[in-house]
Amino acid sequence: MEELINVVDWSRAQFALTAIYHWLFVPLTLGLGVIVAIMETIYLKTKSEKWLATTKFWMTIFGVNFAIGVATGLILEFEFGTNWSNYSWFVGDIFGAPLAVEGILAFFMESTFIAVMFFGWKKVSPKFHLAATWLTAIGASLSAFWILVANAWMQFPTGCEFNPATMRNEMTSFAAVALSPMALSKFFHTVLSAWALAGVFVCGVCGWMMLKKRNLDHCWRSLKVGAWVGVIGIVLTMITGDTSAVTVAKYQPMKLAAMEGLYQGQEGQSIVAFGILNPSKQAFDEQDPYLFDISIPYGLSFLATHNYKAFVPGIEDIIRGVSIDAEGNRLNTVPYDERMEHGRQLQELLAQYSTAMKSGNTLMTDSLKGTINADFKYFGYGYLDAPEEAIPNVPLTFYTFHFMVTVGGYLLLFLLLALLFVYKPDILNKAKWAKWWHILAIITIPLTYLCSASGWIVAEVGRQPWTIQDLMPNKVAISDLSAGYVQTTFWIFAVVFTALLIADIGIICKQISKKSQTNLDTVND
Amino acid sequence: MTTYNLLQNYWWLIMSVLGALLVFLLMVQGGQSMLIHYGKPDKRALLINSMGRKWELTYTTLVTFGGAFFASFPLFYSTSFGGAYWLWMLILFSFVIQAISYEYRSKPGNIYGSRFYDTLLLINGIVGPVLLGVAVATMFFGAEFTVTKSNILNVQGSSISQWGPKHGIEAIFYWKNLLFGVMVFFLARTLASLYFINNIDDAEVNASQRHLLLINAGVFVPLFIAVVVVILTSPGVGYDDGGNMEWVAYKYLKNFLAMWWALVILLIGVVMVLYGIGKTLMKGDYKQGIWPAGIGTVLVVLTLFWVMGYNNTAYLPSLLDVQSSLTLRNSSSSEFTLTVMSIVSILVPFVLAYIAYCWYKMDHRKLTSDELDQTDHKY
Repeated sequence: MEELINVVDWSRAQFALTAIYHWLFVPLTLGLGVIVAIMETIYLKTKSEKWLATTKFWMTIFGVNFAIGVATGLILEFEFGTNWSNYSWFVGDIFGAPLAVEGILAFFMESTFIAVMFFGWKKVSPKFHLAATWLTAIGASLSAFWILVANAWMQFPTGCEFNPATMRNEMTSFAAVALSPMALSKFFHTVLSAWALAGVFVCGVCGWMMLKKRNLDHCWRSLKVGAWVGVIGIVLTMITGDTSAVTVAKYQPMKLAAMEGLYQGQEGQSIVAFGILNPSKQAFDEQDPYLFDISIPYGLSFLATHNYKAFVPGIEDIIRGVSIDAEGNRLNTVPYDERMEHGRQLQELLAQYSTAMKSGNTLMTDSLKGTINADFKYFGYGYLDAPEEAIPNVPLTFYTFHFMVTVGGYLLLFLLLALLFVYKPDILNKAKWAKWWHILAIITIPLTYLCSASGWIVAEVGRQPWTIQDLMPNKVAISDLSAGYVQTTFWIFAVVFTALLIADIGIICKQISKKSQTNLDTVND
Repeated sequence: MTTYNLLQNYWWLIMSVLGALLVFLLMVQGGQSMLIHYGKPDKRALLINSMGRKWELTYTTLVTFGGAFFASFPLFYSTSFGGAYWLWMLILFSFVIQAISYEYRSKPGNIYGSRFYDTLLLINGIVGPVLLGVAVATMFFGAEFTVTKSNILNVQGSSISQWGPKHGIEAIFYWKNLLFGVMVFFLARTLASLYFINNIDDAEVNASQRHLLLINAGVFVPLFIAVVVVILTSPGVGYDDGGNMEWVAYKYLKNFLAMWWALVILLIGVVMVLYGIGKTLMKGDYKQGIWPAGIGTVLVVLTLFWVMGYNNTAYLPSLLDVQSSLTLRNSSSSEFTLTVMSIVSILVPFVLAYIAYCWYKMDHRKLTSDELDQTDHKY
């Protein structure tokens, strides 16, 4: 059993490592792709060589970043099979489809047109080239859509039915899977946050160049596009963040409770604006969850349901079976200990079904099938040893959520100011503090990356211990491997990806430094 | 045959097409393995930039091949990937190091140096084709695994697919698999030479590639004959309508005889490959050999996939428990999912059409050293 836990932990660690490395590069690809496409559109419209130079400057950085995003992404797709083989069979009928569609519709679009984008300047017409640039950006977003559909389905399994004969979940509605509220809110929140990140990246790089007083016109041109994309991105990220919160409250109340460190909920629940968690707090131990907190009255009720008086369940409420309905009304559901019992009964019924199927007893299988499907929503609970096992890591979820929200608020302010300076450049040009603004812009880049990674930590840690919400915990999803094997590949990935990250940062910094020293402002129009 | 069976067969056809295209596009890896023959930086740059405009297609085809397998035959995904862990991990590592090498090798600030990335390309060029060949060979010659779906009910967490303790290492060192892998490697090198002759306008590269073509094709052809003989004389797993499986002697030979049209296509493919190679070697000014050889390769690989999975054949035989072998019937997605995916697959010809159009637009003028000198984006 201890060995099993190690395999689970190492498999989780490996997936987390590769996913976080991948996500370091993807948002810049998503956002910078749009920025480059807009710049090239302006170039084609104005025929200004300056805009062409600016487009090519950012395109080079896009290319370096794109390559490492591709490299780190390959592993993720195959890891579902290599490290999570039970999972691959249990839900492959549903989960595999978005991945295949991603390959057919998005990856080929990206990989074909990116070659035209980089090498086709003199081989295709300007309009064809522009179309290729846009199609590369659209392909990247399409790819994000399908992989987020797959991820959202793990958080909110829908459009499927369990088939005891094949011992797996099978799709019943592709539309329900692809267009679930979780999928849509996840897609828009994630992709738009990538726009914000790319906007900040452009502001930061331009801040550095302005600090060095290099290519100022080029910087202002870049900022005009970057700040707009960033502002649109962050505003829409906040709006879709609100939708995400409502969706999470509805379908993953435990995650919402962990995000807030909320153990006992109430009507008109306040939200923690700033807080320090009590590290010794355990569920049902009557200790105060916070050592210190500043809360906004009614905030969480409003965030979760858009009704400031609504009840929001805490961790202990949820384990006791108290939740809310779609309107935010208090609702009694099945307590977790009963769910565990249901789950175990289901496992026994399935074993009986399996025996009956082997002996060809169709009367038995037909009668068992209805019972199994009626209670299948509790199937995963049968694998838990105690109700408390269903509580995610509260401190990690709480702090990353609050970090994300705080930095998100700061980014709105930062990007709005950046946009103001684009249209009123004299404010910045004449200000004595201009140097500090540029430094702030540079510092904001890593801060935004941390914010973006925090969002994913909230989404993934907050749904633990489930690989598939309520249906399959991590410990059942894994492959038949030894901990040593997975530990070995974990460290290989850690070393290789870190080395690649160092190379990536080195090349991007050198590219920016080198290109900023060539004159991008004196090209004749 | 039921609609469900037709859909399963249709998706095996799609997998066959993706697999065949992947083998054709492994010419990129074959080209990378030739870097060792080129010491001059300008010639090396020509080769790398020629391949650099195609590497993503190979990469994407590999990813789509994986995704499509997951969607259509998830039990294979679950069993082979989770079981032959080291085999697949080595393949994946070799492709990870490829993905960044093109973009990084000549960029300023590249802290590890161009030679480092060229070495990574070389590693991928050798390891990629050989091990992908080994992985495909396991689908003919079998692997050490069992499948027990009810294991998922075990609260101690037993996996439904259990593999031998070496987790794929044993597959790499099985001579039949290795023979197949080495054959794929030399095929990739042969196709790479034909591609370079077509794509690069440089007399020195042209001459050296014709010389390399002679050597690589000279090794590939006997290896291919040996692989075909081994496959045709090997047993395979057949199954009846009830799904009961058993080992059948000369199963793949019997499949070719039962599916005579596959045999005809195989022979056409072989002739096209030999024609592409032969004409290029014999006519010094002929540069189009990649097309007949490439199409021939696709046809040959298609037929190999067909005899592997059609005609009631298990496409991944289990050496430990024959009833655990994977077939199109016991490993596929549900009828609903296959139907949905089939609708999506209508877009495949459209995708192939725009890839072909872009390939034409990008390659109708051949790559020269002058072009590399003038371009601001090169590898």
